[in-house]
Amino acid sequence: MSYQSQRVALYYFAGALTLFLVQVAVGVLAGTVYVMPNILSDLLPFNIIRMIHTNALIVWLLMGFMGATYYLLPEETETELHSPRLAIAQFWIFFIAALVTVLGYVLRIHEGREFLEQPLLIKVGIVIVALMFLYNCTMTLLKGRKTAVANVLMLGLWFVAIFFLFAFYNPGNLSLDKMYWWWVVHLWVEGVWELIMAAILAYLMIKLTGVDREVVEKWLYVIVGLSLFTGILGTGHHYYWIGTPGYWRWIGSVFSTLEVIPFFAMVIFTFYMIWKGGRKHPNKAALLWSLGTAVIAFLGAGVWGFLHTLAPVNYYTHGTQVTAAHGHLAFYGAYVMLNVAMMTYALPHLLRRDVYNQALNMWGFWITTAGMCFMTFTLTFAGVVQTHLQRVMGMNYMEVQDQISLFFWYRLGSGVAVLIGVILIVYSLAVPGSRLAKIANGETRPAE
Amino acid sequence: MTAPDRDSPPEETGGEAADWGALSALPGNPLMWILILSELAVFGAFLIGFTGARIADPGGFADSQALLSRVDGGLNTLVLITSGWMAALAGRASHDGRQRACRGWLLAALALGAVFLAVKAVEYSGKAALGIGLETNTFFTLYYLITGFHALHVVLGMVILGIGIWRPARDTVETGTAFWHMVDLIWVLVYPVIYLVR
Repeated sequence: MSYQSQRVALYYFAGALTLFLVQVAVGVLAGTVYVMPNILSDLLPFNIIRMIHTNALIVWLLMGFMGATYYLLPEETETELHSPRLAIAQFWIFFIAALVTVLGYVLRIHEGREFLEQPLLIKVGIVIVALMFLYNCTMTLLKGRKTAVANVLMLGLWFVAIFFLFAFYNPGNLSLDKMYWWWVVHLWVEGVWELIMAAILAYLMIKLTGVDREVVEKWLYVIVGLSLFTGILGTGHHYYWIGTPGYWRWIGSVFSTLEVIPFFAMVIFTFYMIWKGGRKHPNKAALLWSLGTAVIAFLGAGVWGFLHTLAPVNYYTHGTQVTAAHGHLAFYGAYVMLNVAMMTYALPHLLRRDVYNQALNMWGFWITTAGMCFMTFTLTFAGVVQTHLQRVMGMNYMEVQDQISLFFWYRLGSGVAVLIGVILIVYSLAVPGSRLAKIANGETRPAE
Repeated sequence: MTAPDRDSPPEETGGEAADWGALSALPGNPLMWILILSELAVFGAFLIGFTGARIADPGGFADSQALLSRVDGGLNTLVLITSGWMAALAGRASHDGRQRACRGWLLAALALGAVFLAVKAVEYSGKAALGIGLETNTFFTLYYLITGFHALHVVLGMVILGIGIWRPARDTVETGTAFWHMVDLIWVLVYPVIYLVR
């Protein structure tokens, strides 16, 4: 860590990890409701639980991106942040607003539009937080060195804010509602978030592998170009049979199929950089998470996305557990793992420690990743059975739910494994190892 | 102590920066070749989709195809190939340092691009007069999507050639003409598949 103002990232990482725990714990609760449908049905119905699960996820990922940005921007631009105080104020507004929103959901105060359930006032608050953030970072970028990593990251963050504005537009016509809704949801996760992902991954590769910046930047441009080339028109894969014209079935199928390419490029990129770098960075856990995010994003977003992206396939699978399988592994691989990679890399610097708790962190990696993969497999099988019974054989929805209940038990089991893994991850990140902490305090230090 | 990190990367060692692997050997900007490969993948996927849909409904596709003007398509093929030849001459002129000639050939290539679009407009308006639109049937959905996307690339290509006329640096001209040849190549694939193959 070379700049004092990087320390504001600590607030964001702490807030993100807190919400990460909440999100996963509530996820386990949701998984429990699947197998015991009447549990909590009056106190905390499923729709509210799901709302908290998804909203907490999105908020903590954004909080993590903000922390990552505040951490890497001073190093990339070679200057202190424009205003660390503004960054801290922004954190508290964001964090408290998130908690108030969750409390509101429990009290049934929400707008009901999937993922965008936040009441209007909270949405306005989100825009204010985004403006504080973008102002602070853009001013930093303007006065400092402009690297490809910093530029692409800021471009992505600006577009995140701009596309969120469509959350305020809610036409009465359900087809139009959905059309614009995807401009937030799809263009975030399959568009501009990929810019953020590629930029942070590029930063980690520069730091961890020692490969020359210019080599990494070339890959960054290619990945970002491919993401936008495929992702923007790939929105079409959400426009099948929702009242939009039929040509979207072709545009959506073709472009979203190609969305696999940037994710595959990220796999080649990370492995090639680490092979080429050939450098033994002490933070092995950060390397593991960086490789993991590329691989699991490729599987979860790329392969599992392609599985049901072609219109003739989606005709049958739409809205089944296949979608849930894809959603879980894609979010975990692309954005959860990326955030953990960044935190694993940055926290030892922020806490002024040698790398610590590597074994525990890596156990967290394997348990959580295995849990998520198992969850994805069970949901995929559940989805295939569901598709056949419900969409091909014509059985009714609730009968089918009974038929696939065994898979939901497996899913709950894998959810518990994920929760255990996440507790390990959060502990290993938040609590430095005692032996190394002593070293960091300068009492003893073994010869290198 | 923090981990030994590369906090400020060393200055570029040369050589490495220019290394784009296989793309380094190609003329123009390597990123343009990434775009060209992506475009070929998109149009390739559309043409495969077209072929698949045709296998599913050979009769319907034959009836719809009979409504297309093979002469207009053929004319446009000649126009675009000639335009590509002029772009190639512009590339050669740029290579020899003959800037005026380069600009002239680029302008001629650009003008033929406009002719292509004019013929296309005549074709589209003929279809519209028959009441044929994007939603008429699968054949025409794909006809409009594929030729429409291609026409948009002609427009973009004209803009890129325009940049070459404005700033005829060798790298710019090579990059622009590479894109233009791609537009050419795609048409040469689209024309037989949609208009000719019975």
